[in-house]
Amino acid sequence: MSKAIDLNAAPVLSVENLALRFKGAPANIIDGISFAVRPGETLCIVGESGCGKSVTALSLMGLLPRSVAQVMSGTAMFGDHDLLELSQRAMADLRGNTISMIFQEPMTSLNPSYRIGDQIAEVVLRHKSVTRAEARQRALQMLDRVKIPAASSRLDDYPHELSGGMRQRVMIAMALANDPAVLIADEPTTALDVTIQAQIIDLIEELQKETGTALVMITHDLGVVAEIADRVCVMYAGHMVEDGPVEAIFDDPQHPYTIGLMSSVPSVGPRSGRLAAIGGMVPAIDNMPSGCRFTPRCPFAQTNCAVSQPPLDELGPSHRAACHYAPLETVFPEAVFQEAGS
Amino acid sequence: MLSYIARRLVIAIPTLILVSIFVFVLQKLLPGDPALVLAGEERDPEMLAFIREKYRLNDPIIMQYFYWMKAMLQGDLGISLRTRQPVLDLIGDKLPVTVQLAVMAMIIAFAIGIPAGILSAVKKGTAVDYIANFVALSGLSIPNFWLGIMLIMLVSVHLGWLPASGYVSPFEDPVKSFQTMIMPAFVLGTALAATLMRHTRSAMLGVLKADYVRTARAKGLLEHTVILKHAFRNALLPIVTLSALLFGELLAGAVLTEQIFTIPGFGKLIVDAVFTRDYAVVQGVVMCTAAGFILMNLVADVLYFLLNPRMRSSL
Repeated sequence: MSKAIDLNAAPVLSVENLALRFKGAPANIIDGISFAVRPGETLCIVGESGCGKSVTALSLMGLLPRSVAQVMSGTAMFGDHDLLELSQRAMADLRGNTISMIFQEPMTSLNPSYRIGDQIAEVVLRHKSVTRAEARQRALQMLDRVKIPAASSRLDDYPHELSGGMRQRVMIAMALANDPAVLIADEPTTALDVTIQAQIIDLIEELQKETGTALVMITHDLGVVAEIADRVCVMYAGHMVEDGPVEAIFDDPQHPYTIGLMSSVPSVGPRSGRLAAIGGMVPAIDNMPSGCRFTPRCPFAQTNCAVSQPPLDELGPSHRAACHYAPLETVFPEAVFQEAGS
Repeated sequence: MLSYIARRLVIAIPTLILVSIFVFVLQKLLPGDPALVLAGEERDPEMLAFIREKYRLNDPIIMQYFYWMKAMLQGDLGISLRTRQPVLDLIGDKLPVTVQLAVMAMIIAFAIGIPAGILSAVKKGTAVDYIANFVALSGLSIPNFWLGIMLIMLVSVHLGWLPASGYVSPFEDPVKSFQTMIMPAFVLGTALAATLMRHTRSAMLGVLKADYVRTARAKGLLEHTVILKHAFRNALLPIVTLSALLFGELLAGAVLTEQIFTIPGFGKLIVDAVFTRDYAVVQGVVMCTAAGFILMNLVADVLYFLLNPRMRSSL
């Protein structure tokens, strides 16, 4: 990655041991989530659908009602504030201001009844002491920055007059209008055409470089991860199973789930055998193994795996994996490890 | 916009013609001979023949229909067989009373139903929601005539605060007019408020789950802005349609309520006309009601159009 990130800088957002439980659920929906992002850094949270990526993001934004999702443990330090402790009102003052979020569904994420210019201006007016005219000016400037052609004539458009890609650009403009310190992007390209996906990812990356915003990108698209991540955090069934610099995760994955994930990625080149897939399914929340949640699907599972929860062990420079037997090649020297993409 | 309204008006014409045929045929199917009613007690055969000739009752039904339509298009709704007053004048007398009652009832319905609906949707599953639903269900189940009688007994007879019946035009004495109308308007309004509350609640529940409401919260907007500006605005569409239809129904006359409070409105007019086989009045009132209903539908469509940008640009 060519970005200049000061690795000694203090993280803007630092999540420690976050655990959430839905009301009445028998187990935590997410547990032991820890990560940090520095200014200008991109952290990708990866995992299959339902692994708790979005829940993590929404809880940090305070967008999960606390009556529904209870914080069981953890802290989320954002500057001097613990996001998990803030009052609704204090959290609302931060949202859209210093911490912003864009969502998966650009088609439905904009209010159909209001002009896009007004929707962008609204977030500026909410958090900054500016006049309506200044907020509108800012909206225009943001539309320009997200590269919406003829921005000034688009300002008074309604969402239905824009394509999905354009609407996601508007969402990005809205999220970045107040120059937030952290931008959380929850699968921002999943609902878009492939060609548009690349444009949106490039745009986010470019804007991030300009503004120095820390980016938390939630995705299940490893292509996106390879393109923009500085660090990767892999989640499985609500647990963090591995995290580390993007190179380490791609070149030297240590958790059996990450290894499986990497070998699920199709690559261009001569075909050799079937596309690899991880067998089995994610266990349901009421049927979670008490130890490592990947046990039922893990080809390397041993008897103690289902019983005790492995801690996140440091395996290399800021590279951690939660597996009793990591690094696997030292424990299972005879195992044949598939190269990523083969 | 104007072309849209014009188009809707053109569509209304066949509907009105259909209604007129329906009204006319139904009248003809009713037992009872208008000539007998007109002739009164004497039943002199010569008199009957004269009446039949005069009112063209011997002509084929189709011709009778065309005579009626032709007169109606010229603004002549005929003459009441009973009071000998032009039907148009009768309607002109009674309609303002009913409109006043309907408007007051709608204001009460909005003032109660919409806030209650929003509140119970936002506080879904809490005591507030249950209480609002219970009150709404009571409002729907309590018959208007019973509530009316109870109110008269309590407020007029017992407490002596308001007159039990009668009508005063607001142009004569606005205060007195308000006093005579507030109780019947309340009776009608609370029943409508219950319907309105239920619809507002379900529309709000749908909208509150929408992604753009989450976006509004993600922007840090305060909860009342999220609910009123972002959610309620989008829940308005079904509420507008419902309100227009409810208002249309009110215009058709609240028969029972008008009877109980002896308000000389549309409802009373039509009941009296039916009982005395006053065909001309029944026909005129029904046509007028149908036109009012169609007009309210048009108003709903226009409001829909104004509230929904997706419709605006599709034209």
